[in-house]
Amino acid sequence: MDALTTPLLAGTASGALLLIAALGLSLTFGQMGVINMAHGEFLMVGAYTAYATQQVVTNADLSILVALPVAFVVAGLLGLLLEVAVISWMYRRPLDTLLVTVGVSLVLQQLAKDIFGAQGDPVVGPGWLEGTIPVFGYNWPLRQIFTVVLALGALTALAALLKYTSFGRRIRATVQNRDLAETMGVSTRVVDRITFFVGSGLAGLGGVAVSLISGTNPNLGRAYIISAFLVVVAGGLGQLKGTVIAAFTVGVVTAYFADWTSAAMAQVATFALVVLFLQLRPQGLFTVRTRGLT
Amino acid sequence: MSPKTLSLLRTFAPLLGIAALAVVMLVVAPAVLSPFRLNSLGKYTCWAIAAVGIGLAWGRGGMLVLGQGVFFGLGGYSMAMHLKLEAAGPDGVPDFMLLYGDGTMPAFWEPFRSGPFTIFAILALPAIAATVLGWAIFKRRVKGAYFAILTQAMAVVFATLLVATIQETGGFNGLNQFTQFFGYNLYDPVNKQMVYSITVVLLIVCLLIVWQLYRSRFGELLVATRDAEERVRFLGHDPANIKLVAFVVAAMMASVGGAMFAPIAGIISPSDVDATASIFLIAGVALGGRALFLGPALGALTVGYGRTSLSEAFPNQWTYFLGAMFIVVILLLPRGVGDLPRLVRSALDRRTSA
Repeated sequence: MDALTTPLLAGTASGALLLIAALGLSLTFGQMGVINMAHGEFLMVGAYTAYATQQVVTNADLSILVALPVAFVVAGLLGLLLEVAVISWMYRRPLDTLLVTVGVSLVLQQLAKDIFGAQGDPVVGPGWLEGTIPVFGYNWPLRQIFTVVLALGALTALAALLKYTSFGRRIRATVQNRDLAETMGVSTRVVDRITFFVGSGLAGLGGVAVSLISGTNPNLGRAYIISAFLVVVAGGLGQLKGTVIAAFTVGVVTAYFADWTSAAMAQVATFALVVLFLQLRPQGLFTVRTRGLT
Repeated sequence: MSPKTLSLLRTFAPLLGIAALAVVMLVVAPAVLSPFRLNSLGKYTCWAIAAVGIGLAWGRGGMLVLGQGVFFGLGGYSMAMHLKLEAAGPDGVPDFMLLYGDGTMPAFWEPFRSGPFTIFAILALPAIAATVLGWAIFKRRVKGAYFAILTQAMAVVFATLLVATIQETGGFNGLNQFTQFFGYNLYDPVNKQMVYSITVVLLIVCLLIVWQLYRSRFGELLVATRDAEERVRFLGHDPANIKLVAFVVAAMMASVGGAMFAPIAGIISPSDVDATASIFLIAGVALGGRALFLGPALGALTVGYGRTSLSEAFPNQWTYFLGAMFIVVILLLPRGVGDLPRLVRSALDRRTSA
């Protein structure tokens, strides 16, 4: 029983982390066709925000709760800055945007190294997240449950935003047909900027969750970004449900493979499975149907 | 000059460029550079060989290959395994296997005792790997950013695998301490220079190959696929096959570069082949001009030189330079520095006509 439930629950938690990271990516990729390779560094920024908040609010029980909104805003503003300063100059050149953001991610990593040191710093978890809850005979750490709750909370908030608010309607219109949305009076420029803010902010939230599990580290983003991209690719663009299913599937499947073989082999297997899956569904799990050729 | 000689000159201008490069690198460089600097230039040449392939796949084919480090590594590790076995002597076992394991050699090492097999493997392994991956991706019309992400994921996975297999591949330390190169003592400066010369000749061969490819019908189709894939499909060609060929050729060139990198650098390790190394390979191509003929090679040589000299002068700031270079070049000069003359000329034309 243990051999089956342990990877399932641990995988769910890592899937939840992937989900937070991938939500923002899939949002910006789906809407603007922009691949933001610096997205992983926004996770890192979130983690360092949690660390910095802890230096100010020394009460560990409280500081994480403070860090969550702060990290959202800090990472979001950084994303907004990136969009305004760099990305908005190069729409219609998606591959070039990808490379420019690679440059941005290199700079951000080095900045983190120079400011906080190459070694990571620990983030003290709050007392109410110590301990475990037995689930099917496995003592599920509360920190992992916190990650899952945070991811599901972010997902619910985002889904509600997209579905029920007028801003969400404008986002969906822009995703489905940018030109038509524009003719209807939607300012796609403004929508793009706010989407970028929200997407990057979500990565900041994810960073806080990561910092509770593994502390901070200048290379933290790199560890998550590729898996998050694989989730986006496998999940398909433009709809949240594909990303959700893909994130938890990748998390759980990787955990099972890691349990059976090794962490390295699990990465190989996950990559191979994603490529194989694209043979069946080249556009990913779900996609917005269009009559366009490409 | 008559129009005929002018067009002839334009056709063969790349050859003049190659000839100039050959003279500088084969005659001038060995005469003026110290053996240490010449060896560094040899390393940059290996990256340039890989860059020529990237120019073909990305510049002309529009496929952003973010995982060329994998193919660089396939060639590099193949060569390094051979050199390691050569150093160990007949029936010997590489030293690190005694250090980390019980001294039994994995079966896949055995064929690399043979020099001819190693050379065959350096060309065949990347070709097979690129064909399998390329076939799976291109036939299903997965392209653009998806392709770029998948190739980078491949590089991450490859490096992770290497680090995890310390008993089979030396793990994080990689393979080093080579003494012999196909029977030639690597500690002898004369032989070191020979290895350098071989590398330069290989770079020139790769340049000649892409020169021919660009002139051919295939080259036309490749550019057409980059610019309007659907139209190529409507004309009755399969874009997947065209892209596959370019991807495989690029992979083989990266592998050749990697194979020469091992004896010149004296080491091949996961950090030479991982995602960051792959991005570093791209940097030179972007700087020099991805679609220009000599752009990728010259760009890679420049970035290689910049990496050495800048990281000597400012050990910590090198990453800032690299990152800033990506941002500035791609934002402002998407066709690379090699495109500057054309930009200046068109700006002047506009001024005179206005």
